[in-house]
Amino acid sequence: MKRAWRWLIPLSVVPMLALLAYGFRLNPRDVPSPLIGRPASVFTLNTVEGTSVSLEAHRGAVVVVNFWASWCRPACYEEAPVLERAWRAYQDRGLVLIGVDIQDTPDAARQFINDFSLSFPNVRDVTGKVSVDYGVYGVPETFFLDRRGRIRAKHVGAVSEEIFRQHVERLLGEPA
Amino acid sequence: MRILEICRRGLAFFEMMLLALVMALAAPATAQQPATPVNDRTAHEVASQLRCVVCQNLSVADSPSEMATQMRVIVRERLAAGDRPDQVIQYFVDRYGEWILLAPRRHGFTLLVWLFPVVVVIVGLGATVLVVRRWTRRANVERARPAAVDPSMRERIRREMETEP
Amino acid sequence: MIPEIGYGGLIAALALAVFGSVAAGVGARTRRSELVQSAQHAAIGVFVLVTLCFALLVYAFLTFDFSVRYVALNTNLGTPFYYRITAVWGALEGSIILWTWMLALYTMIVMLRHRQTSGDLYPWALTTMLGIVAFFLLVMTIPAPPFERLSPIPLEGRGLNPLLQDTGMITHPIALYLGFTGFTVPFAFSLAALITGRVGDEWITTTRRWTIVAWYFLSLGLLIGGWWSYHVLGWGGYWAWDPVENAAFMPWLTGTAFLHSVMIQERRRMLKLWNISLIILTFGLTLFGTFLTRSGVIASVHAFTQGSIGAFFLGFLALVVLTALTLLAWRWDRLHAQGELDSVVSRESVFLLNNVFLVAAAFTVFFGTVFPLLSEAVRGVKVSVGAPFFNQVNIPLFLALIFLMGVGPLIAWRRASADNLKRNFLAPVVIGVVAALVLRLLGIASALAVLALALTVFVAASITVDFVRATRARRRLGEAVLPAMGGLLLRHNRRYGGFVIHLGILVITLGITGSHAWSVQTETTLKRGEAAELAGYRFRFDGLSATEESNHVKVSGFFTVSNGRAGAMTLQPARKFYPQEQAPIAYVDYRLGLKEDLYLVLGDFARDGSQATVKVQVNRLVSWIWIGGLVLTLGAALAILPERRAR
Repeated sequence: MKRAWRWLIPLSVVPMLALLAYGFRLNPRDVPSPLIGRPASVFTLNTVEGTSVSLEAHRGAVVVVNFWASWCRPACYEEAPVLERAWRAYQDRGLVLIGVDIQDTPDAARQFINDFSLSFPNVRDVTGKVSVDYGVYGVPETFFLDRRGRIRAKHVGAVSEEIFRQHVERLLGEPA
Repeated sequence: MRILEICRRGLAFFEMMLLALVMALAAPATAQQPATPVNDRTAHEVASQLRCVVCQNLSVADSPSEMATQMRVIVRERLAAGDRPDQVIQYFVDRYGEWILLAPRRHGFTLLVWLFPVVVVIVGLGATVLVVRRWTRRANVERARPAAVDPSMRERIRREMETEP
Repeated sequence: MIPEIGYGGLIAALALAVFGSVAAGVGARTRRSELVQSAQHAAIGVFVLVTLCFALLVYAFLTFDFSVRYVALNTNLGTPFYYRITAVWGALEGSIILWTWMLALYTMIVMLRHRQTSGDLYPWALTTMLGIVAFFLLVMTIPAPPFERLSPIPLEGRGLNPLLQDTGMITHPIALYLGFTGFTVPFAFSLAALITGRVGDEWITTTRRWTIVAWYFLSLGLLIGGWWSYHVLGWGGYWAWDPVENAAFMPWLTGTAFLHSVMIQERRRMLKLWNISLIILTFGLTLFGTFLTRSGVIASVHAFTQGSIGAFFLGFLALVVLTALTLLAWRWDRLHAQGELDSVVSRESVFLLNNVFLVAAAFTVFFGTVFPLLSEAVRGVKVSVGAPFFNQVNIPLFLALIFLMGVGPLIAWRRASADNLKRNFLAPVVIGVVAALVLRLLGIASALAVLALALTVFVAASITVDFVRATRARRRLGEAVLPAMGGLLLRHNRRYGGFVIHLGILVITLGITGSHAWSVQTETTLKRGEAAELAGYRFRFDGLSATEESNHVKVSGFFTVSNGRAGAMTLQPARKFYPQEQAPIAYVDYRLGLKEDLYLVLGDFARDGSQATVKVQVNRLVSWIWIGGLVLTLGAALAILPERRAR
């Protein structure tokens, strides 16, 4: 082997080290959703009281679907008051907000709803099918649906007022 | 040039054979479709190819988490409704993306990760062959060389070899 | 008080380690032995300080000193005594102090054993080891301090992760870390060899026992990890190809390759370059392992990640690997092999093949583990690489290795004559083929299982043939059978220790094959009094009960299981609800057996106990994996015995 080539040996590990360093910028738990732009799965689920809520019925309105659980601390607990406030602000403009409680007991769900005095409908996904239909892999996750029933945005983690307003305003501005 | 071309073709052929061997030996028994769709074994096989979304690196078949249990039920239901295993898997891929597959697909960019071991083994075997050939050739050359060395020279050589670093 | 003392102690140790490392290096370069002496004193000081700090941390745990943040996070007033001790290494900072303590201990042992005998290499090895210790101390001073003060002092701690409240937690990290840190010693000596230019056998013979001991503890750590996963994590498996499991497995693979190829260098003076590369690779992989576990770059069950520690480890990994490889490139000429072989068919070739497959497996696992990163970096798409991939690509490699295991020990060095081959291999090959046919006839459908078992039989036969022949040779000299066998084992303890280790691997292979090929499982929801069947077992759900333990609530399901032959037994899989954990932890109940394990996991249940979902597994032959581990232990013990000279 010629003299100079030997110095390739230490250099050869540099790309791998660079790749690992790049890994720091990534979040392995942040998975992009293939559902953006696609029609949202329709569902009909019951609230804790037993009333039936159907997504289909709200075609034509902007719908926000929020997946949560009572054991999801602290994110769902941070987000609940934000959602309640946003709901009160936008319901007059025709926004529909549906909370979907997953992997929870009815008691815990009721407790959570009461604790935060949530006035928007909250249903329970008992079989988990709706979670799978929306590609949910953790809580909280929030989906923003346009008037045509397509998923336009997905937010993973507690949603802030900013983000909520940003998405909702954009979608409210669109025609049916 | 011709030699290079032959080598390349030979390598590609060998690679294919090795890959075929690997896949034949280790591929799951997809040839055996169960008689009834809701067969424990099929459900287990499908579920073991899906990643449990709330766990780290466990399959839907293995994970004790609630979400995985629910997903297992969905797998069974879809198989019972007549879906083929690959259709059930596609159902999940449509909703979660490729990420939910525990083994990457064998085409496109992800084919790289499947080919890599094949390439490494071939390179390793190739290098071994070269090295062993060089070693045996050197030994044969040594043996062929006439021993036209006088005793005192031999003694000096012996002493020098013993003090090698 | 404690946080400050501990922190101060670690800083002092860091200063001493840095001083010692520099002093040893300068002393080696300028041939001033008083500097090396100084460095030795510094090493002793480091060991004493780290031991004291470690003891201090244990004390803080035992006395519920919640002023130490680490204690408050990892224990609470309900944590039982023995878990309070093991909780010390249950999370990030504590794991680092454990690692550091082991490194400091090993430095001491190196000092005591080698300072007289390895004059030229020793000071540089000391520099390297103290330098590595200094790095870990640095980590404990800046990004991950175990002695950080928490103020105000809470009244109650958070508690130990319930998954860690198990005997596996006591032994698994210790064994694993002894293995990881053990490889530091051969690595340090290899750097010493490169620096001094003495790249012959000296560094290898000096560290031969270290390599076996480190390899053994790493194997033990992996096996205990598998055992812990099997009976605690509730998924019925012992290996998931999780990135952190892979991170421990890769150095094991290259360490095994190293263990074998140094035998070639010892006997034939060849492969110097390869051996140094292998130990650099092995040590680099152990650092990569700690990086992976602590950086959060790849999601994993184990990753206990925090802040900037990942950057520290990556930086250190880069520094070590680049330095080592640069030294390697510098000494290229001296390392260049002058190998000679009379024939392609020889033990050297077999050992080379062994290395090819082991290193190929290591590279495959590595590439698979970092592939998600690569995919995201190159095309922004997230993919997963998990068990199905790793199983499929590694099985052929491991089968090839098992085959080589049978061939290697019996084939001659330099050149194996046709006669030699026939004498040694005819019987084992025939026996292996017969075994394959028999297995087929017994109705075993899986070709892979037949192949794996037939190869296992082949290797066992070849080991037996060798042992019988050697015993017979001794008997011809007039010895009785047992003394002949005993004498053989003791006189050639390295060889036969190796054979016993190979036997252990065969037993483990048997367990793995059985569990993959013939395990069955099912999952059903049963009402109270209802029963279901699996693999000849009938299990009936009898009800639930809830109990309050010291730090959790446990809901147990009662299942009466009978299989016709033995009587009925009651299994109680449970779910434990810990206040500080978000999801309940599954507590499996199982009955172990040589042929099969019965394994129950409780799933969802109705509050009133009227029904419950249960997952039942019948895992076949898994116990042989643990038995294989015991055999491995015996083999390793035999192999490191001091060598008896000729009688």
